[in-house]
Amino acid sequence: MTCCSSGIGLAGTERESRCTPTELALSSKVLGGGLRQSTLSVPEMHCASCIRSIERALSAVDGVEVARANLSTRTVVANWRTKKGQAPDLVRTLADIGYSSHLPSSEVDGEDRVQAHLLRALAVAGFCAMNIMLLSVSVWAGADVGTRQAFHMLSAGLALPAILYAGSSFYISAWRALMHGRMNMDVPISVGVLLSFGLSVYDTITNAPQAYFEAGTSLLFVLLGGRLLDHMMRSKAKSAVAGLARLMPRGANVVSHDGSVDYLPLADVQPEMRLLVTAGSRVPTDGIVVEGRSELDGSLVTGESAWRSIDLGSAVRAGEINCGGPFMLTSSVAPEDSLLSEMASMLATAEDGRSHYRRLADRAASLYAPVVHSLSFLAFAGWLYSSGDIHRALTIAIAVLVITCPCALGLAVPMVQVVLARRLFDRGLMATEGSAFERLAEIDTVVFDKTGTITTGDPALLNPDQISEAHLAIAGSMGRLSAHPVSKALWMSQTKLGLEVVAFDDVQEIVGFGLEASIGADIYRLGRRNWAASPVTSPIVNPASSVVLSKNGEPLTDFVFGETVRPGTIGLVQALRSRRIDVQILSGDSRQAVAFIARSVGIERFESELLPGEKVRAITDLQSNGLRVLMVGDGINDAPSLRAAHVSMAPSSASDIGRSAADFVFLDNSLFVVFEAMEAARMAARLVKQNFGLAVVYNALSLPLALAGFVTPLMAAVAMSTSSILVVANALRLAAPVAEKSRDQALRSSQLAEVPT
Amino acid sequence: MNALMVLVPLTIAMGAAGLLAFLWSMRAKQYDDLDGAAERILLDDEDGSV
Repeated sequence: MTCCSSGIGLAGTERESRCTPTELALSSKVLGGGLRQSTLSVPEMHCASCIRSIERALSAVDGVEVARANLSTRTVVANWRTKKGQAPDLVRTLADIGYSSHLPSSEVDGEDRVQAHLLRALAVAGFCAMNIMLLSVSVWAGADVGTRQAFHMLSAGLALPAILYAGSSFYISAWRALMHGRMNMDVPISVGVLLSFGLSVYDTITNAPQAYFEAGTSLLFVLLGGRLLDHMMRSKAKSAVAGLARLMPRGANVVSHDGSVDYLPLADVQPEMRLLVTAGSRVPTDGIVVEGRSELDGSLVTGESAWRSIDLGSAVRAGEINCGGPFMLTSSVAPEDSLLSEMASMLATAEDGRSHYRRLADRAASLYAPVVHSLSFLAFAGWLYSSGDIHRALTIAIAVLVITCPCALGLAVPMVQVVLARRLFDRGLMATEGSAFERLAEIDTVVFDKTGTITTGDPALLNPDQISEAHLAIAGSMGRLSAHPVSKALWMSQTKLGLEVVAFDDVQEIVGFGLEASIGADIYRLGRRNWAASPVTSPIVNPASSVVLSKNGEPLTDFVFGETVRPGTIGLVQALRSRRIDVQILSGDSRQAVAFIARSVGIERFESELLPGEKVRAITDLQSNGLRVLMVGDGINDAPSLRAAHVSMAPSSASDIGRSAADFVFLDNSLFVVFEAMEAARMAARLVKQNFGLAVVYNALSLPLALAGFVTPLMAAVAMSTSSILVVANALRLAAPVAEKSRDQALRSSQLAEVPT
Repeated sequence: MNALMVLVPLTIAMGAAGLLAFLWSMRAKQYDDLDGAAERILLDDEDGSV
């Protein structure tokens, strides 16, 4: 096999390799009877006709038995059989009808057990609470003794399923907390519900005039509602993150001794195997090049923006993208021992920046629960001492527990977070962790990675004003025929200016060097200086890469390429400044490249050429000085520091390991969403505090009444529901746009700043 | 009182029937793809039913 010249690359080949049928087969589930099931993520599916065309196209494929699209998760599930030992090419089929699809990065779990349990519990609690409430209202309206007794009996029977089934998750969680010597919100809830149920049963048997069945069951109903919303929001975000494309290959092309190539799953790849890395795909494991030459983009691995040329004997690392022609390597380690796994183990050992973070609700609970419990115990002791009536004392003690109802507290945080998560989800930001919003509201320092975070992967022409249109037209027309990102950028610049396409007699791509085209007797070359033209020194600003256009060996023009800054970055830096938030860059790239980008976006403090471990240390140093750091990064090398920071974000283009280490993933191409998220999180923190305030005021008003023994079940029910409604209504205020004003300002200033120079 | 003896159990039985119907529909995976269900109503062919 030789790879000195790969013909002309098709325009529009993606940098990410498409999922092949073999890869699809490797990732499929075996259903038995020769039937296999594959799940594909189809992000562009959005309406009824999409559903129909996707299902029809896939069902028509030879071997596919049934295909069912799911619009909520933007996935399609297909059951298929192999035909002639070949898996059907589902991805190609979908591409033919205009939908891009990929294997989800992690298993999109079709069945969410927790959600199903919560929903069932909510249904049971709702049924019980509503019916008991009907009966209770009749009792309060003045039923006679016999009817009252019958109704109380009925209520007791109706309350049983709610208490036993719907409340079970609260008791389990409360028990776990107590076993670990902690307090959480579920402890007072469980104690209140169980005690009030027990006392009400006793009162029913003794034919007392009052029972508290509806209080306990409605409490469960309201809290389960809050919990279900919270869970649904989070699982929606999780499944959206899981639906992002998986960047690491699932297998590798293994070349056997007789030269045949087999695609094997990564788990079967051993050291000392010969692997073929095709153009545009990622290197599956660390190794040494044994045949061919190419250029590798390692930006996602180390943060280096400039490409490395590789030749015989060069070492390559797992995760780098092959931007040139195909080459062969001998694997030095099995994939699970490659650099990737080194990062994974670093992740595991990195001090978790959030392990010691306790959620606000739990902190409130640890204050609230002892106070309420001791108050209710004091009420019990006081009344027992003064009246000697144990039943009366117990009733009042339980009334205290019920009326200081934790529902406002139990709803205060989740409701605000649900509304906040919903809002940010619509802006393309997904939180994978419940307490992430709380931590985001506290930060005072933002640390950015450079490559892939502040910059996108596409090269940008830095010196368009030094280039004549004629030369750009020639270079662009040559570049049109190559898949190399620099060629693409040249072609883009040409189409932007609307220049004529130059026709060549012949164009060929010489991998690792550049393009050669001929018009008549003239030979144009576009590529490395030492290949295209005789060496001439030229001052270069920030050469992420520079190519030269030459005619018969005489250089015509230098094209200097730098990185493209993500839109919204300058506005973001200014907005953060205006909030007195410190901004820094920590990058693995060369000092020159980092300095150039830092200058162009207006960040003064930066460190460069950092190894992953050094990034982590830089962040832990900041945090040990009492700062709260938000880390925004994307690479494999950023994963440990994303974990170490107080809170972290990754763009959706980030490496698999980086995405899973971050608290937030944003889909937006603009970085400004970081600021919007911070503003919204701060507002949410204010609302949570207000909600706690409301709960405290309400308790301060109702407690004396309960202690004095004035609280009837009717009063408790009214007070409980009003407090819950207040808290939820207050949380809904967050749905109103907050960052509008500051966003408009920042956008205006960033537009002024980002005028192309 | 006699009316109550009939009506109250009847009411509760009807509520319970509704609850059971909901639990059954959940087990039948009718809530797995609500967005899709909303859109599929627009499709007028009968071949996509699973």
